[in-house]
Amino acid sequence: MSRGSEIPDTSVGLVETQNITFKGAEWVLQLESGKTLHPVTVAYETYGRLSPERDNAILVCHALSGDAHAAGYHTGETGEKPGWWEVLIGPGKPLDTDRYFIICSNFLGGCKGTTGPADIDPATGRPYGLNFPFYTVRDMVQVQKWLVDYLGIKRLMAVIGGSLGGMQVLQWAISYPEKVMGAIPIATTARMSPQAIAFNEVARQAIMSDPSWNYGLYKPDQQPESGLALARMIAHITYLSENAMLRKFSRRMINGTERGFKLGADFQVESYLHHQGSTFVKRFDANTYLYITRAMDYFDLHLDYGNLKNAFEPCKSSFLVVSFTSDWLFPPSQSQELVKGLRQAGKNVSYCNIGSDQGHDAFLLPGNRMGDVVSGYLTRLEKEGRLAGK
Amino acid sequence: MQASENKVRFDWQRSLYRDRELDPYIIELVGTGERVLDLGCGRGELLKKLKEEKQVQEQGIELNSEHVADCLTQGLSVIQADLEEGLNDFLGDCFDLVILNQVLLTVKDPLALLQQALRIGQRAVVTFPNFAHWRIRLHLLLTGRLPVNQTLPYKWYETPEIRLATIKDFQELCREMQVEIVSRRFLQLNYLVQNRQVNIWPNLRSTVALFCLRHGG
Repeated sequence: MSRGSEIPDTSVGLVETQNITFKGAEWVLQLESGKTLHPVTVAYETYGRLSPERDNAILVCHALSGDAHAAGYHTGETGEKPGWWEVLIGPGKPLDTDRYFIICSNFLGGCKGTTGPADIDPATGRPYGLNFPFYTVRDMVQVQKWLVDYLGIKRLMAVIGGSLGGMQVLQWAISYPEKVMGAIPIATTARMSPQAIAFNEVARQAIMSDPSWNYGLYKPDQQPESGLALARMIAHITYLSENAMLRKFSRRMINGTERGFKLGADFQVESYLHHQGSTFVKRFDANTYLYITRAMDYFDLHLDYGNLKNAFEPCKSSFLVVSFTSDWLFPPSQSQELVKGLRQAGKNVSYCNIGSDQGHDAFLLPGNRMGDVVSGYLTRLEKEGRLAGK
Repeated sequence: MQASENKVRFDWQRSLYRDRELDPYIIELVGTGERVLDLGCGRGELLKKLKEEKQVQEQGIELNSEHVADCLTQGLSVIQADLEEGLNDFLGDCFDLVILNQVLLTVKDPLALLQQALRIGQRAVVTFPNFAHWRIRLHLLLTGRLPVNQTLPYKWYETPEIRLATIKDFQELCREMQVEIVSRRFLQLNYLVQNRQVNIWPNLRSTVALFCLRHGG
């Protein structure tokens, strides 16, 4: 494995995003909304080696703003940031690439290589924009299953993801019980609270009230930047906790303790949010943001299956549910509701409400026990898999 | 001083000796491959032994987040929950054995917990310190103070055991609940020499008791 001089040994090193296009009559994607989509390209990355028995594959599901690049580096140049879950994925890390074969794909309707609203509609030769059909978490999971089948994997040792990624994990265990041995939904829910939907709606309105949004007909290089940046700033507040903000910024001002008497960023927390907003518009598509947040809003296992006991009854996997004490966007109570439903359905479940003041973002950050807990569970699955294989 | 530092969390370390000493007697009662639930499983010491020695399908419930994380790190199946709220959702008879190792006297409603344990498990093991041990009786009589000893290593204001019970009391409860006592063990725990089994006058001579129960006797 080639490494740039800056790449630490605990990283998977240089990686590449790969693509597969599902094209042809048998690959017409039937969406939950009743619409169809064809063809579908999926961008994905893999790390580690698939065992000869093909029993060590772990699927990683990303959250709202994530992508297929979960670990390692694309260029190895100085200053390059690694994949979004570098904390968890790599040799010797909890998702140990020396032992497991890790797959991460950009979900359906994303803007990082998998077919989505920012791509060219083959029927018109122009970006889909608002002509793109609405898609759901279930649709995302269906496309991921195509990829897993394409890679020749009969059964995944585990499916893991946080937030919207956790919703995909739950849907995987329900939709394809034969294909999942262990499910690890982190900082997630069976359905978002009206409060969380409200934040999504404000974010969408921020985008749609930007004149350059132009009913989704903007050119790729003329995004509704101020609207998308504002959407990201709002969302970012919901990912942190009061304590995390206090610890990170306190009431510090740009000029020490001097009031600037201006409306531009004067507090450090303001400039942090501005920075979050302005970097986000460079890497994300506004229409896609509208669609993805809708998919999150619509995810509702209660509505789909009557109740959680019914939802989880067909599952054949065991579960490790993880929440974080200071997460108020996907609060621990919602994870506990998942645990309750799983127990009522008689499923094997472990649950830990991990102590952290990092808010919802904790699942992306080091400094808590998530890694230990995930690593212990995966080792157990590995043993159980070996026993079952004998 | 220690008490003021530990207002919420108990220092279970102090009663660890007592709790772990009973492990071999609990393990004896477990059949190979059985489904076992340990209520208040701590860092999973007992469950780990049961998994290794008896290949049980283990499940633990524990409130302390750090302890749960320790259990999960070892690959044990544990749910973080309050014992008194968390058992309702388990299906009836979904365990062969439910373990209540030194926890019955720490809860607000021991009776309800015992009933729940016998609903979700075919059998239940209950262990508790025997408050009728002669040393305790004598100590209370002569000094007029509550005991702080090896099996009850906490002062009255800091003890996790918010209730006290004797062997006779517990047996009476089993009669009232019409619970069948499958087996029992009475022990005298001792730091210095080997723990001794007590057969004669257990209510007076044993420091801890272990009961294995079955419902609907």
